[in-house]
Amino acid sequence: MACIEARGLRKMYGATVALNGVDLRVEEGRILGLIGPNGAGKSTALHAILGLTPYQGELKVLGLDPWRERDQLMREVCFIADVAVLPRWLQVSQALDYLAGVHPRFDRAKAEVFLAKTSVKRTSKVRELSKGMVTQLHLALVMAIDAKLLVLDEPTLGLDILYAKQFYDSLLNDYFDGSRTIVVTTHQVNDIQDVLTDVMFINRGRIVMESAMDDVASRYAEVMVHPDNAAAARALGPIYERQVFGRGIFLYDGVGRERLASLGDVRTPSIADLFVAVMSRDGVSV
Amino acid sequence: MTEAATRPMAWSIRRELWENRALYIAPPAVAAVFLFGFLLSTVRLAHHIHAAADPDKQRAIVMAPFTFAAGLILMTAFIVAAFYCLDALYGERRDRSILFWKSLPVSDATAVLAKAAIPMVVLPPFIYIVIVVTQTIVLLLSTMALSGDNAALALLWTNVKFFQWSVALLYAAVVVTLWYAPIYAWLLLVSAWARRAAFLWAVLPLMTIGIFERMAFGTRYFYLILAERMTGWLTHGFLTRAQGRLPADPLTALAPIKFSTTPGLWIGLVFAAVFLALTVRLRRYRDPI
Repeated sequence: MACIEARGLRKMYGATVALNGVDLRVEEGRILGLIGPNGAGKSTALHAILGLTPYQGELKVLGLDPWRERDQLMREVCFIADVAVLPRWLQVSQALDYLAGVHPRFDRAKAEVFLAKTSVKRTSKVRELSKGMVTQLHLALVMAIDAKLLVLDEPTLGLDILYAKQFYDSLLNDYFDGSRTIVVTTHQVNDIQDVLTDVMFINRGRIVMESAMDDVASRYAEVMVHPDNAAAARALGPIYERQVFGRGIFLYDGVGRERLASLGDVRTPSIADLFVAVMSRDGVSV
Repeated sequence: MTEAATRPMAWSIRRELWENRALYIAPPAVAAVFLFGFLLSTVRLAHHIHAAADPDKQRAIVMAPFTFAAGLILMTAFIVAAFYCLDALYGERRDRSILFWKSLPVSDATAVLAKAAIPMVVLPPFIYIVIVVTQTIVLLLSTMALSGDNAALALLWTNVKFFQWSVALLYAAVVVTLWYAPIYAWLLLVSAWARRAAFLWAVLPLMTIGIFERMAFGTRYFYLILAERMTGWLTHGFLTRAQGRLPADPLTALAPIKFSTTPGLWIGLVFAAVFLALTVRLRRYRDPI
């Protein structure tokens, strides 16, 4: 069963189009990265999936209509907006009490185990914690909820590398079990590259690229080409070209590696490079 | 996994109290300040009683601290509750914590009703207890101050009908809460609606309507409606007295039948229900930030 299924998802804010006919399908057990520039529609898409905003088009999340059946859906779905949304007055012990009191799938003991690994004290208030510790707290709360879908909207924004790395490590090691689904949006593409099973680029309210991570390597290739071979490289129709240290780096979509090998060293592009290539083709100046 | 039993409403109310400690700190604090002031004034209590010319004046003197304490604490509670309502749905959007609250299986209706329950259900019995405790202490302090002065003591204990006053206060707490329900609901609605300056949005439109009416038609009905909403629980809930004297037995002043047949009560409650329904809708439909 698909965890998320959208067809022709549209959302307008006045005259501004935030989502312009998004079709997407996320299978159960995937970790999808939704990547796009500011204002591309990432958060709007997530808000639609979470039933926080009305939309046009068809959308089913875990078989439910997120707008009409939101209250039921939120038992199965967890959401971390970003590190700034935990109320500053909340005490850690109060957070545990409250979640145990309102969430039927919250396992308090589990949350305590996660927290014990951090330096977050039970008596601390959120306002007394560092940004990294707030994220640890939020993650501990969310990981203790037995949910089918976890939605993360810029979860590591403003965190240093250590905390950001630790965040994704715990998510993979302590939470993800192959049956849950995770959707994450972020700017820090490099942080999540190795975490994802699927990647999707969104721009101006449309999905402009989607691929399983396994397919990225077979579909896309990047070649560093000596200036003498530039004309030959261009003849193969690269989707993007950039210059590094006087050499051209060409990125190809669906061109066989054996044909590229004669031009120079072939490697799999990083998601960040692929993102830049796809976005510039889509008319974003980067 | 088995699903644990949950009580979203009870925990939502508790969470409001965690966040807004002024709700239960301010009224007892004001009562404490009042009691301290009263303690200092008891030095002259006996003198004032004997200096008074007639029994009515004497009765007024011994009764004054009791009614003053009740009025002061009620007013404090109203101010604290009003500011609580104004911030209840505005604050969670301002600090974006609404995204956290909305990530949990607590419906918008539950969240809004829990917030409405604070001034309408939780605060009234608490305030009632604060007032009764304060008045008990006033009675003890008065008794101590007048000890040895049997005439003054007799005056105090015959005039202060403590039990009747406690019953009358309970009635007053119910009446004022029902009468003010639309005020609290209006403040919650503004709180859910305003993008900034919730206080101004709560007050300025009402003033503008009043000024407009005055200029356009030369009348002031709208102002009278607002004034009625502030003081109507006294005029409709209690029998009006000719010279504004306190009745010897406060129970004779209660007018529950008159109050429950006042159209203003029911119109107000309908407005409160409509405002709350709109508030739930706003929290549900509006983009969270």
